[in-house]
Amino acid sequence: MKRYSAFAIAKEALGYHVGWERAWGNPEPKPEYEVVIVGAGGHGLATAYYLAKNHGITNVVVLEKGWLGGGNTGRNTTIIRSNYLQDPSAEIFELSRRLYEDLSQKLNFNIMFSPRGVLMLAQTEHELRAWERTAHANRLFGIESEMVTPERIKRIVPIINIEGPRYPVLGGLWQARGGTARHDAVAWGYARAASDLGVDIIQQCEVTGIDRDEHGVTGVRTSRGAIRCKKLCIVVAGHSGVLADMAGFRLPVESVPLQALVSEPIKPCIDCVVMANTVHGYMSQSDKGELVIGGGADGYNAYTQRGSFQHVEETVRALTETFPMISRLRMLRQWGGIVDMTGDRSPIISKTPVPGIFINCGWGTGGFKAIPGSGWAMAGLVAKGEDPVAGPFSLDRFTEGRMIDESVAAAVAH
Amino acid sequence: MLLLTCPHCGVSGDETEFAPGGEAHLKRFGPGSSDGEFETYLFYRRNPKGVHFERWRHAFGCGKWFHAARCTVTMEVFGTYPADVTEPPAELVETIRAKRPEWEGF
Repeated sequence: MKRYSAFAIAKEALGYHVGWERAWGNPEPKPEYEVVIVGAGGHGLATAYYLAKNHGITNVVVLEKGWLGGGNTGRNTTIIRSNYLQDPSAEIFELSRRLYEDLSQKLNFNIMFSPRGVLMLAQTEHELRAWERTAHANRLFGIESEMVTPERIKRIVPIINIEGPRYPVLGGLWQARGGTARHDAVAWGYARAASDLGVDIIQQCEVTGIDRDEHGVTGVRTSRGAIRCKKLCIVVAGHSGVLADMAGFRLPVESVPLQALVSEPIKPCIDCVVMANTVHGYMSQSDKGELVIGGGADGYNAYTQRGSFQHVEETVRALTETFPMISRLRMLRQWGGIVDMTGDRSPIISKTPVPGIFINCGWGTGGFKAIPGSGWAMAGLVAKGEDPVAGPFSLDRFTEGRMIDESVAAAVAH
Repeated sequence: MLLLTCPHCGVSGDETEFAPGGEAHLKRFGPGSSDGEFETYLFYRRNPKGVHFERWRHAFGCGKWFHAARCTVTMEVFGTYPADVTEPPAELVETIRAKRPEWEGF
């Protein structure tokens, strides 16, 4: 793999840019691999990369039914933060945030990580107390996050309306090293680096069945032929239930559409991420100038990747109340992704009832920020059979009542 | 936007008039059941990509709970029926089977 650098750009500029090579390979599937990963989103590709990088396992293939990073990796609002209440969550999300810091250098691919700060507004007394509790938990855990006053919030985000009328801003939880990254680039960067280490990435190859015998998994059937394997990782977010069904077990997840939208591009007006959970909307500004807006998930199961109209209205209404200056902006695009929700709103990184099959799912509405840490933990679990970060997120926590309850901590989607 | 008809009062309305209540016809397990059964009742859902039976409440109407059969891919509502039954009515199952021959059944 040729390295990307300023020198490489200058050299290619002199040579009419004909020397750039494919970012990642396009191989034919081999009949057998040691590890098959289903799903070439951020989590699947990061798993492949860390399997190769941390554990030296390179006989790996990543299968993708559509195109690389075309699912929730390319549909989220790119927020990165780690100020979670529960210790296991704080550990994996902070590992993730730390890995994001120098990911561009590690992958030699500019993922445009921008630690611009994430501000979570408290607009009720209850929320204020909950964020204070989270701030203390974060401090005990060694995560940089702090409570800020309404006056400081107004200085951080001058366009915000802190005076209500419905929900005045009472304070906020501020994580200065949180921020955003280019979501496509995270998938592309991991794909390129994994491919360079010998991992095969095969797009437009849908898994149609999973083969198993009495000892465990033996392979997968795909739209491009059967592939034998020793280990199988299911990393398919919204479609986890469908794949688990093929393998013959069930999952405690439900799939619902979550929507996002972007406005027309305007001049820079907000240089951090603001999340307003009480009125339910969150917003940041992309480098192109579009306001990137996220809102609520549908209340019922669906696989439609579009979501209900009224959520667009609710989200936009919440944000025009919080940021009056955006009230005349036109919205450019709206889309949905299918998120897999667990009962405690925490992910599942686990072995399954079928020996050799591993599952990474249940990230719900907050998976993008976790991509590096999730891949790191999943790779450890697959390579060694256990991982300290993945451990608490095992599937049997639902049997044992060992919940990692972020639904109470965040009160809404997180 | 979903359009639903309340089987109790007969009023049709947008989904904003109704409140979703999750998967229908769950078998409840309580004291005396095994850990596995209790876990399944609490957390495990069918989550099908296709025909889904679910509970709704006519929240901004007559207020009553009812059941609906809906496709989670096309959002087609096959029909609604009252809440006081433990399985969908036979004629509704036939309707779904006619429209979705590959459906494995309730």
